[in-house]
Amino acid sequence: MNWEIVIGLEIHAQLSTQSKLFSGAPVSFGAEANTQTTLVDLGMPGALPVFNKEALRMAVMFGHAVNADIGMTSVFARKNYFYPDLPKGYQTSQMDDPIVGIGHLDVTLEDGTTKRVGITRAHLEEDAGKSLHEDFHGMSGIDLNRSSTPLLEIVSEPDIRSAKEAVAYVKMIHSIVTYLGICDGNMAEGSMRCDVNISLRPKGQEEFGTRTEIKNVNSFRFIEKAIHTEVERQADILEDGGKITQETRLYDPDKDETRSMRSKEDANDYRYFPCPDLLPVVLTQEYVDEIKASLPELPTQKAARFISEYKLSEYDAGVLSSSRPMADYFEKVNKSAGDTKLSANWVMGELSKLLNQNQLDINDSPVDANNLGLLLARIKDNTINGKTAKDILADMWNGEGSADEIIEKKGLKQVTDTGAIEAMIQEIIVANPAQVEQFRAAEADKQKKMMGFFMGQIMKASQGKANPGIVTPILMKLLKG
Amino acid sequence: MSLDKQDVQKIAHLARLALTEEDASQYQSSLSSVLELVEQMQSVDTDGIEPLSNPLEMTQRLRADEVTEENRREAFLANAPSTEAGLFLVPKVID
Amino acid sequence: MLEQNISSLVQKLRNKEITSVELTQSYLDKIKELNPSLNSYITVRSESALAAAQKADEAIQAGTAGPLAGIPIAHKDLFCTNGIKTTCASKMLNNFIPPYESTVTARLEQAGAIMLGKTNMDEFAMGSSNENSHYGLVKNPWNTDLVPGGSSGGSAVAVAAGMAVATTGTDTGGSIRQPASFCGITGLKPTYGRVSRFGMIAYASSLDQAGPMARSAEDCAHLMNAIAGFDPQDSTSAEVDTQDYLADLNKPLTGLKIGLPKEYFGEGLEQGVADAIREAVKEFEKLGASVIDISLPNLKLSIPAYYVIAPSEASSNLSRFDGVRYGHRCDEPKDLLDMYMRSRAEGFSKEVQKRIMVGTYALSEGYYDAYYLKAQRIRRLIKQDFVNALNEVDVIMGPVAPSTAFAIGSKTDDPVAMYLEDIYTLSVNLAGIPAMSVPAGFSNKMPVGLQIMGNYFAESKLLNIAHQFQQATDWHLQTPSMEKGA
Repeated sequence: MNWEIVIGLEIHAQLSTQSKLFSGAPVSFGAEANTQTTLVDLGMPGALPVFNKEALRMAVMFGHAVNADIGMTSVFARKNYFYPDLPKGYQTSQMDDPIVGIGHLDVTLEDGTTKRVGITRAHLEEDAGKSLHEDFHGMSGIDLNRSSTPLLEIVSEPDIRSAKEAVAYVKMIHSIVTYLGICDGNMAEGSMRCDVNISLRPKGQEEFGTRTEIKNVNSFRFIEKAIHTEVERQADILEDGGKITQETRLYDPDKDETRSMRSKEDANDYRYFPCPDLLPVVLTQEYVDEIKASLPELPTQKAARFISEYKLSEYDAGVLSSSRPMADYFEKVNKSAGDTKLSANWVMGELSKLLNQNQLDINDSPVDANNLGLLLARIKDNTINGKTAKDILADMWNGEGSADEIIEKKGLKQVTDTGAIEAMIQEIIVANPAQVEQFRAAEADKQKKMMGFFMGQIMKASQGKANPGIVTPILMKLLKG
Repeated sequence: MSLDKQDVQKIAHLARLALTEEDASQYQSSLSSVLELVEQMQSVDTDGIEPLSNPLEMTQRLRADEVTEENRREAFLANAPSTEAGLFLVPKVID
Repeated sequence: MLEQNISSLVQKLRNKEITSVELTQSYLDKIKELNPSLNSYITVRSESALAAAQKADEAIQAGTAGPLAGIPIAHKDLFCTNGIKTTCASKMLNNFIPPYESTVTARLEQAGAIMLGKTNMDEFAMGSSNENSHYGLVKNPWNTDLVPGGSSGGSAVAVAAGMAVATTGTDTGGSIRQPASFCGITGLKPTYGRVSRFGMIAYASSLDQAGPMARSAEDCAHLMNAIAGFDPQDSTSAEVDTQDYLADLNKPLTGLKIGLPKEYFGEGLEQGVADAIREAVKEFEKLGASVIDISLPNLKLSIPAYYVIAPSEASSNLSRFDGVRYGHRCDEPKDLLDMYMRSRAEGFSKEVQKRIMVGTYALSEGYYDAYYLKAQRIRRLIKQDFVNALNEVDVIMGPVAPSTAFAIGSKTDDPVAMYLEDIYTLSVNLAGIPAMSVPAGFSNKMPVGLQIMGNYFAESKLLNIAHQFQQATDWHLQTPSMEKGA
């Protein structure tokens, strides 16, 4: 049977606030257990929540970024269930009246086509704590540092039709929230977590099949793998004439399989009702408009600008705009280098290579954008050649100073004096009569290849400082005699 | 509206209350009589009337995004029935 | 009976006629004498009270004393008190010592009041008789065979029997007014949002409100001056300016329009109570007020609406008592579910469990619209009744309860009969308006409370009206004899 895959995603993005959604406790990853908690986060008797202004602003920003209706009156509701990492016995979330309503996102796929994915809603909610499963005499430990951390849950329509589309969509959301500066996007630390809803239906059928929800898939790669695995599992069942059970499943990356999480099925009557400790959040049009006006340039807008303003290829523009720090870095390099193509190539090439090798984020690059730009400016004005520039970049990476300082210190200034170059070439011709003989006897197309030998000799003699652009025509002229 | 014992056990489970058989029959009658009392509401026509969840109908105030609390872990842990290494201990959590 | 007039005590303390240490000691002695029989205190804090009194005396001496410096009071045991056991009269919180302070108790401490201890109550404020306490029932000092009312029964008895100058209480469906009425004292439930709920252990968040219980309206005004006002820690706290609640007490009542709702004088009202209320209303006419018959047509619906809304909120509010971070945990739980189920079943009384289950049911899938939403719609009708009435009249008057204090044990087997006791008080909480109970005579030798209900944030007016009544009558000065064996 030919199956159509139907996917909807729920993405939890942790908002980059200083303090928690409902308390003045700090929000930071990796602190010692239960040291970032107040009586509100611990659900102590008599504790009351007060709503964080910044979380609201961030949610509205996101709403604008996905072309959504903003909930002018949104209401917090309690989702009631018992779990040790949920201190109050309910999660404060939003149900009927979320802060962000219906919207959509145009996702660029690998083949360059665009896919529109509907956004059902995005709502604010508090995170739960963590259960630590290492053994404490047969018991589990509860750390509530994460309790009440602000989350924006972004729910998509079931518009996605493949694992690749799903990944492209999640990447797009990832770049939007990081562009907006509302989430650090760190999936390894759980700042962004995905629940994937998957169902299959025979191609051409309108009705949806029964879906399963795969919880907490926490990397782009795992999203793709988990979808493949789950699709295969469902297809096997359906083709054997079986039925899919609607349930929550967990993806195990080690075994590359999904398995049922029965414990979560137990209490699915959440008894939602409006939280009586919080009041309706009512926005003014002025507030909403003000946020819209202050929205930064978003990834698709930036890519379009890179193409029109810098004449970059679609591919280069896409790569360079994929993250805001990368885009910002590129634009700064370009500004001091004064050469767009050179800047794009170096940021995507040499710099990215060094960052990858050292597992560094572009924000933590030891060479800042301005200095890289100044290095490239020296290529552009022929002070150095590309090969020397790579060596200089390595020195700059190691903290040996700016490009100009290193050029000066090591005497790397390119030789551009044609007289000096001509003298150098003459010497080499004299020293290698056999090769010259061969060259002169060869066909024109072979001569081109044989140039390499002489070029190597010249670079060796000039310690790499000879400008290839100047060397080539002179060499050709002298060789031909 | 009257409940049978199974209904009562189901509600008690949702509320995480362990009931003996005897408790369940007691609650069966007392809950049923409360629900009977509550049933009076159904005689009123409330079509078109908005639910009222807060008597003053005020709106939510916003808190500045500032860290205002210090770490007081030891004070909070002091009331817990079982703790270790700064954690609250509970019977094994199985996902 | 010890003196319980705050204005006069403040004067005597400032004039050094007495010291706070002496005053506090005399109240502690009274508690020692009467509490074993009345059981109005769960916790008595003799040492810390005397130490605080010592400090108050020094502050008075130094001229740095707050407005209530040296006045011994007590708190209902659901206000969290830093370092002091706070039980909510529940086995669940038998060992709970909060490391934080409620706004109400903090503000009273700030004003210089001395805390004698924590008073008994119906567990988690669920009850109208104070028979439902893990620490035993509380007795009415006017007749110890009778209940003191609830849920703030311990606070009412402490004032009525002279074991505190004044106390704090909370009122979710009548829990300040009904025990005040049964014990012959004055109590005020402020407008919802007037007094912060921070640090108050929640029963039903959209109904709960803290307020003062004292001998007189004037004493209530003294406490209101300390506790009322905006609190940024409570999202439902009203950003409405407070007043000096003592300032308007002496305003004349000429021209006051009093509404008497016919629904408050119908079937089920004890004759003696009705007579006392009618007499009180006549007294107001003498003071220059006029009386208008009004109607609050949806009054009867307040009982079903309340018994859906309050348990629904409670079922969620009480979920935090799970034996993980504080509170009772059962012995040797065999797994996580067993820990939840047994800890909660052992920690909560039957009445509390029943209300949790009612609320769980009302919120559950398939019933939410028919119960919870329906009740919230009716809530709007009830509020509208009051808004309409208060457009015509300044205040509404009626009885607090259909009868005077009833016999201990007489209603414990019939929960619905107990719930009907609250018919005159519940609607006030649903609407969120302020209301008082003021002593207004006796029926069957037991005190009768007059209820005065006013518009939102009209506490000052209510206190003025009650004070004028108390200038013209002496019902509020009557005290139980408390002879040995009474």
